Amino acid sequence: MPYQYLDDLTAADVAFRAEGDSLEEVFSAAWEATLGVMIELPEDEEPSESGPLTAGAGPGTLRTRVQRRIALSAPQADLLLHALLEEQVYLKDAEGLLLRLESCRVEERGDCWQASAVAAGERIDPVRHHLGTDVKAVTWHRFELLQQHGRWRATVILDV
Amino acid sequence: MVPKALRKITDTLWELPRSHKPGMLVSARFYGSRALLQGMDEAVFEQAANVATLPGIVGHSLCMPDGHSGYGFPIGGVAAFDATDGVISPGGIGFDINCGMRLVATSLAWEEVQPRLTELVDRLFAAVPAGVGGKGFVKLRPSELRTLSEQGMRWCLKRGYALPEDLERTEERGCVAGADASRVSERAVERGINQIGTLGSGNHYLEIQVAREENILDKPLAEALGIRIPNQVLIMYHCGSRGFGHQIAADYLALFLKVMQSKYGIPVRDRELACAPLASPEGQDYFKAMNCAINMSFVNRQVILHRIREVFSDVFARDPLELGLHQIYDVTHNTAKIERHRVEGVRRELLVHRKGATRAFAPGMEGLPAVYRDTGQPVIIGGSMETGSYLLTGVDGGAQSFFTTAHGSGRIMGRRQAKKQFNGRELAESMRQRGIYLRTASFSGLAEEAGGAYKDIDEVAAATEAAGLSHRVARLLPVGNIKG
Repeated sequence: MPYQYLDDLTAADVAFRAEGDSLEEVFSAAWEATLGVMIELPEDEEPSESGPLTAGAGPGTLRTRVQRRIALSAPQADLLLHALLEEQVYLKDAEGLLLRLESCRVEERGDCWQASAVAAGERIDPVRHHLGTDVKAVTWHRFELLQQHGRWRATVILDV
Repeated sequence: MVPKALRKITDTLWELPRSHKPGMLVSARFYGSRALLQGMDEAVFEQAANVATLPGIVGHSLCMPDGHSGYGFPIGGVAAFDATDGVISPGGIGFDINCGMRLVATSLAWEEVQPRLTELVDRLFAAVPAGVGGKGFVKLRPSELRTLSEQGMRWCLKRGYALPEDLERTEERGCVAGADASRVSERAVERGINQIGTLGSGNHYLEIQVAREENILDKPLAEALGIRIPNQVLIMYHCGSRGFGHQIAADYLALFLKVMQSKYGIPVRDRELACAPLASPEGQDYFKAMNCAINMSFVNRQVILHRIREVFSDVFARDPLELGLHQIYDVTHNTAKIERHRVEGVRRELLVHRKGATRAFAPGMEGLPAVYRDTGQPVIIGGSMETGSYLLTGVDGGAQSFFTTAHGSGRIMGRRQAKKQFNGRELAESMRQRGIYLRTASFSGLAEEAGGAYKDIDEVAAATEAAGLSHRVARLLPVGNIKG
């Protein structure tokens, strides 16, 4: 798993560490970790006790009904990651969408970092989806993006 | 772990002196019993000490008995700044601006409600959306959301969602002055436009509660506040400004990070402690936008009250006021407000930040509605969904904390840990067997909110009284609950 949730950084909210060999990988892992707070992932799903009204689906079966193209820029790579996750939270509220990243490209152009991504998913369905906890914001608390021994690692705390 | 430098002032008041950390302008003070303080994580003390370094801070950096670590400020953090040359910090308010509590009385006794409880909770669950993606029934154009964020509950009055008494019994009469929607971003409007009348998620909830006779701690005060019959049923709920407020906080946190050091020379000790002088253009813009979020949250809770009245009226086939559905009070526990307080004998105008802390004005104080002038301000402190909550009042002793007290019980267990330890469906069944019927939008979210994840509310409420911050009036037990 390219990310893991951490209990020792916050009691009231949700913290995770995401990793990847490239910025694209770690950005995608962080997006997936944020998604996993809001909707149950298949490996965490509890067996459903009954029929259609309580059955749900994790992101493994998050249907692809809509697509959003995302283009962001920031002066630093960590700020860019923060902006990407904020965009995910914005789309959840403004459009009622839960989305997975289908593709993500991150590149440095001059003194600016740019991310272009395609996210796809569907509108939140409280009947069909096993929903988790709403994410209010991506905090700056202990937020970091570092590269060590060729591997990128991000630490993020989400306000829920 | 308690820092070695922490010294005891009384059994319920402790202090980190200015010498604890370079840059501290005032000491940091912590309210609570020894046991409560020993249960606070190390970051609480460091965060309160960091707050003490902010320019213009007056008095002490304070932390309430339910304190736990937050971002920048601890949750339970209180700090007042000179209104002329002090700062404003979004971290001292929180992302959920005007997250708060509302308590509503009924004239129903538990014996009348019990046979209809399941129906009431199911109907409330349908009427008040909760959880990820919850959408409210109020349809608004963007300009209308901006308007209501300036008018607060006066907008609800015009729309037929409020009674005049609801405004009277809300902090700031449901509308803080100085809200300017032109300082609010399009993104904030877009995030919040479908969310009026929704609960949100996490630790937000709507509870049906009972005031059992043995849990009335101050009978005359309880009666004065509206608890007058044995086993009276009340409704309490906890929610905030939703995506609208969250985005406002995020927008201005980002702005302050850009200007704090470069423009105003304030060192960034903690990015979540970003701030700007209140008198600066950036500080003023945030203050005006934050006030919009405060007002929107009051509107949110008022629209929810409207739905509660509709549901009770439908279920009991009586007018809501015949059912005694009168608001007791609405308090906010994430704000910064301009207030006048006496500091070292001198009355000063201050910007008081309360993050996870509740205003608790004493009897006779300006700003209280006439009906509570003699009792002091009602205070609502929410416990976990399994243990219940408290109704208290403000007291004269609150002068030591800018008339502020605790807001809840504070978490002692992380959310993932709680999910591993508790099973949501089993918890719901266990609660049902103990007489608490609940509906939830997320069983995994429910596990995170298990009672075992929180401090003992009785201990927190007792500590506020022992410290002279507020006075316990009644303990309210949950019987029905809806959660996001």
